[in-house]
Amino acid sequence: MEDFKKEIKTTTKDLLARKGRSFLTILGIIIGVAGVIIIISLGSGAQSLVLGQITKLGTNLIGVLPGKSNEKGPPTAVFGVQIKTLTIADVEAIKDKSKVPNATEVTPYVKGNTTVVYGDENIDTSFTAVYGNYPRITNLELIKGNFFTDEEGRSGANVVVLGYDVASALFPNGGEIGKVVKLRVSSNNIGNNSVNNSIPFRVIGVQKKMGTAAFQNQDDQVFIPFSIGQRQILGINYVQAIRVKVDDSINVKVTIDDISRVLRNQHKITNIDNDDFSVRDLADAIKLLTGITDTLRVFLALMAAISLVVGGIGIMNIMLVNVSERTREIGLRKAIGATNKNIRNQFLLESIVLTLSGGVIGIVFGILVSYIVALGARFAGYDWAFIISPIAIILAVSVSLIVGIIFGLYPALKAAKLDPIVALRYE
Amino acid sequence: MLIELKNIIKNYINGDVTTRVLRGIDLLVDEGEFVAIMGPSGSGKSTLMHTIGFLDRPTSGEYIFGGENTENFNDDELARIRNARIGFVFQSFNLLPRTSVLDNVMLPLSYSADKKSHEIRAKRALEAVGLGERINFMSNQISGGQKQRVAIARALVCDPKVIFADEPTGNLDSKSGATVMNILEKLNKEGKTIILVTHDLKVALHANRIVTIADGEIVSDRLVPDDERVHSKIITEEE
Repeated sequence: MEDFKKEIKTTTKDLLARKGRSFLTILGIIIGVAGVIIIISLGSGAQSLVLGQITKLGTNLIGVLPGKSNEKGPPTAVFGVQIKTLTIADVEAIKDKSKVPNATEVTPYVKGNTTVVYGDENIDTSFTAVYGNYPRITNLELIKGNFFTDEEGRSGANVVVLGYDVASALFPNGGEIGKVVKLRVSSNNIGNNSVNNSIPFRVIGVQKKMGTAAFQNQDDQVFIPFSIGQRQILGINYVQAIRVKVDDSINVKVTIDDISRVLRNQHKITNIDNDDFSVRDLADAIKLLTGITDTLRVFLALMAAISLVVGGIGIMNIMLVNVSERTREIGLRKAIGATNKNIRNQFLLESIVLTLSGGVIGIVFGILVSYIVALGARFAGYDWAFIISPIAIILAVSVSLIVGIIFGLYPALKAAKLDPIVALRYE
Repeated sequence: MLIELKNIIKNYINGDVTTRVLRGIDLLVDEGEFVAIMGPSGSGKSTLMHTIGFLDRPTSGEYIFGGENTENFNDDELARIRNARIGFVFQSFNLLPRTSVLDNVMLPLSYSADKKSHEIRAKRALEAVGLGERINFMSNQISGGQKQRVAIARALVCDPKVIFADEPTGNLDSKSGATVMNILEKLNKEGKTIILVTHDLKVALHANRIVTIADGEIVSDRLVPDDERVHSKIITEEE
């Protein structure tokens, strides 16, 4: 042990004597390890941020999407495929208390892009068309005015609730309530509405500033009553999604089954395998999202790990140069009694000390960068968690150790095999 | 008898060409002798020294060292003999760069089985060559003559039976060379066996026996009469 310590000391001294080269040698390892640490840390931070935002919505929400999906994959509608199997009749059926007793609020949901025009000002944004009960389903809050009533929502009154950014863009000086804006009709629908391609809406409310959730700016949108959005702006007769609030989160699973039964009945489906809809709760969504982000994270970490391999090849390259530069030294060491094993260990130890110190520097650097990013994100108003997983550190250290052994072994064996007289004669 | 060589043959095979470097060498060296091996370049004297010094194996023949037949020794056993029983001094010193004089001398001890008092032994060896004051100098901060004395201290530090010196004065000016030869003489007087390889008769005449080799064979082997022997003095102005 005493011996080993001494050898590490000698090796370190040796490497420090060639500081510049040693540093360049391990640069690849430093970057690789830092990359892995940063990616894993930022991935965890982003994941917790998104999940936190979803959980805030509440755990007693159910979403119905058109199209079949299996338990593990996302519904096809997520990929932008238009499926027209859900209708307003389905919404009414789900609202039937005798069939779905635990559903307290149900709203159909369509979303699309539009341009909001006020005077000379106009802004491209997205609209969400829902029933008046929408604020009771999600945690939507207003700073001015009111959301539309159930009656306005159902009848399709020409009223609009503006997102915070939309309101401040169109009405920089306030005074939105009661003003009339125009929403441009979807280009797919212009044919049906050839005379007038925009519809006037009276502003009745402004949403509180929400910030970004799930990678979407929640302030850049407007809310309008369902039927007017569906029929007159989008010009469709189906429903993109149905959102349901359950009285208590323990009844979520039961309600999912109830809704599925109702919809099968509505769509005259006898075999579960032929379902043309998906009923999901937030737990499913979280599971799904975690799965996707985990996969993404592993993929990115693997990409970073490739640079570790490249770094390892760099180490091997320099170690080979090192062996040939020190051929005479190897010959001398053999002449004064070093065994092949002694020589092999000397060079192997050198490459291990190199990669390990690269690993440590990389970890410190990676943690530093991750911390700065977390600070920046918090400064920008996100609830960002600074997460460094111990597994990432253990992984980084063991990978750099393994890289040192694997890529150091060949040069070390080459050194050990040198014939002492050939080595001594080497110029 | 310390060294017994019986019909040592060394051939180098390079493709289809076989070079016969040693063509049957018989040589006996007793403990305490100071033998100079002489010969022109290409005569095989270096190969002979490498073979006696266990840096190279003979193609055939018997080599008995200290009563032991070394024919079947493996690489590790040869390394151990080189470490414990033999000291080498090379023409070009072969000190480790960026390393202190003391660490250079301690190097063989790091390969020895004896783990104790490395520093004391290294200092003692350095005192024996008159460099007790320079132990903390870096190996590139000292003169050529001092480098060779460090190399001798390194050869001595494991207390070997025999010291091989391959043209030890070849890279030195005459004053430094004289000091180095004086040290070797002194070590011989203290009982070390010394085998010196040189092509320079003036250097060889420090020995008490001169073996001349040509074309891989010993052509003469004579004792040096006392009145012919050269004795060097330490020349202190060397620095």
